[in-house]
Amino acid sequence: MPKTERKNFLLDFEKPLCELESRIEQIRQLAAENQVDVSGEIAQLEARASTLRKEIFGSLTPAQRLQLARHPRRPSTLDYIQAITDEWLEIHGDRSGNDDPALVGGVGRLNGRPVVLMGHQKGRDTKDNVARNFGMAAPGGYRKALRLMEHANKFGMPILTFIDTPGAWAGVEAEKLGQGEAIAYNLRQMFGLEVPIITTVIGEGGSGGALGIGVADRLLMFEHSVYTVASPEACAAILWKDAKKSPQAASALKITSRDLKQLGLIDAILPEPPSAAHSEPLEAAATLKQALWENIENLSEMSIQQRQQLRYEKFRKMGVFEQVS
Amino acid sequence: MSLIDWFANRRKTEPAIQKQGEREIADGLWSKCQVCGAVAYTKDLKANQLVCLECGHHSRVDSDERINQLIDAQTWQPLGEEIRPTDPLEFNDRKAYRDRIKDYQAKTGLTDAVKTGIGLIDGLPLALGVMDFRFMGGSMGSVVGERLCLLIERATEERFPVVIICASGGARMQEGMLSLMQMAKISGALHRHQSSKLLYIPVLTHPTTGGVTASFAMLGDLILAEPKATIGFAGRRVIEQTLREKLPEGFQTSEYLLQHGFVDQIVPRTQLKKTLAQLISLHQPFYPLNSHIVETDSAIRQEHSVSVIEEQNIQSN
Repeated sequence: MPKTERKNFLLDFEKPLCELESRIEQIRQLAAENQVDVSGEIAQLEARASTLRKEIFGSLTPAQRLQLARHPRRPSTLDYIQAITDEWLEIHGDRSGNDDPALVGGVGRLNGRPVVLMGHQKGRDTKDNVARNFGMAAPGGYRKALRLMEHANKFGMPILTFIDTPGAWAGVEAEKLGQGEAIAYNLRQMFGLEVPIITTVIGEGGSGGALGIGVADRLLMFEHSVYTVASPEACAAILWKDAKKSPQAASALKITSRDLKQLGLIDAILPEPPSAAHSEPLEAAATLKQALWENIENLSEMSIQQRQQLRYEKFRKMGVFEQVS
Repeated sequence: MSLIDWFANRRKTEPAIQKQGEREIADGLWSKCQVCGAVAYTKDLKANQLVCLECGHHSRVDSDERINQLIDAQTWQPLGEEIRPTDPLEFNDRKAYRDRIKDYQAKTGLTDAVKTGIGLIDGLPLALGVMDFRFMGGSMGSVVGERLCLLIERATEERFPVVIICASGGARMQEGMLSLMQMAKISGALHRHQSSKLLYIPVLTHPTTGGVTASFAMLGDLILAEPKATIGFAGRRVIEQTLREKLPEGFQTSEYLLQHGFVDQIVPRTQLKKTLAQLISLHQPFYPLNSHIVETDSAIRQEHSVSVIEEQNIQSN
């Protein structure tokens, strides 16, 4: 991404790094214009930038990670699908009167193998975001997703889902069309699918709206993505009675990839480029592609029954409680 | 109207209004309906299953009372009571979750927000889960998920129908993602129950919202609801805030869901046991051409009924 454009979306904690980077750029230009050799200084400054980058991105608070997960330039479902597939075709509609632009999907080819891909789609700018409802899917979106999954099941294609939503759409129309029922039905039916299912949280994993396409054999998360039971803002408003306490809520809820790995709720963390996925989207896509492919190959070695049994056990053991005699 | 009439009328009406406002019920002997204000002798109200005798308003029923209402006397065999809540995230908002659990346990006498067990309903075996709104708003955490899964798995094994009385504000935030995953976990157990061609009926009571609506509350082969219960996915306030407009009348009620095809029947509480028993009986295996299977099946059922009663007797002794 061009540097000027990146500045428009700069997060507070990215600023010192960005300043240093632009200073290096300036020195480079000056040196080129005046034909002076500054390679020593530049190497020194770049080493400093690299340490700074590691410091900043290595010690992000959960609230800062949430900002990164919601970064307007973070690669979206369609970005990743286009980057990782050899070819792909979008499929539309739930066959019940709706086509939800907030949840997209289609058939494609990954390393030559046909797969079905789908995920929440946020907009790239305000206009696009309004059209895509900020990635908040309606019941029709979840029904389209299930239709695609059943399609994959029929033709033996692995299912790859990508989570990136603030939550399922909360509106009068969504309630009228059965938002709860649509999500619930997906949760149950996904346990019965015969093909491998791999879910990746690429940005924001918001509650039931995320889980509605997230019952998988493998659950992967990008390093700076988050997955949460309720948005920290909502949680702060309800439990702290103060929406400004959302940074506290973000820490308390344990929403980062590292926390969720520790709790045993996800299978793997996908490392992001040094300045997060939005700085080097293609590098992030390459990481994703490799992880998906390894998991597809691994899951394909199992029998259908084995996969279904393991999928059941995977979710069955989630939960922490005491057992008294 | 003459001036004298006007004074006379005024005298008649004023004290009556005051009286109604002042009416307070000192102890548990009498109960006042929250909706119509009718006062009833508590014993009568209980006999009518806490449904107002005047306006039919359904007051909240706790889980023990609900089990008494639905399950044949002396046949309830509790399950899952040994599963108890902990504080996996060491969650602390304005109060530590650990302390919250203790307080609710002391206040309600419950160990968590659901009671599960096996019993008979009009002589037919049933796996029953009853959520209790008094315990942290019936919120779904690891314990609710585990107890319901144990219940559903037992039902699948023994080929029992499952009924869950839902009453919940949704996922329990204090357990973070662990509570969200209970939605998937319970749905998985229901998938196995349903793949075995067994009957599952959730009964939606006031209120059923959030993660419970987006999982087991909506997964019934048949779905019943109590009259005028609030049922929905997103909270009213959330929707009002995002839309900045008034919501349609009767939005997110049992009647609204019935109208839009998400509920099969609205059943008054006083008819619930009869209706459930009738539905379960209608879904018993029926093989007109293989009468020997019917015999074996009913023999197994009878045998189980006896064993449930015996175990119960042993426990009460």
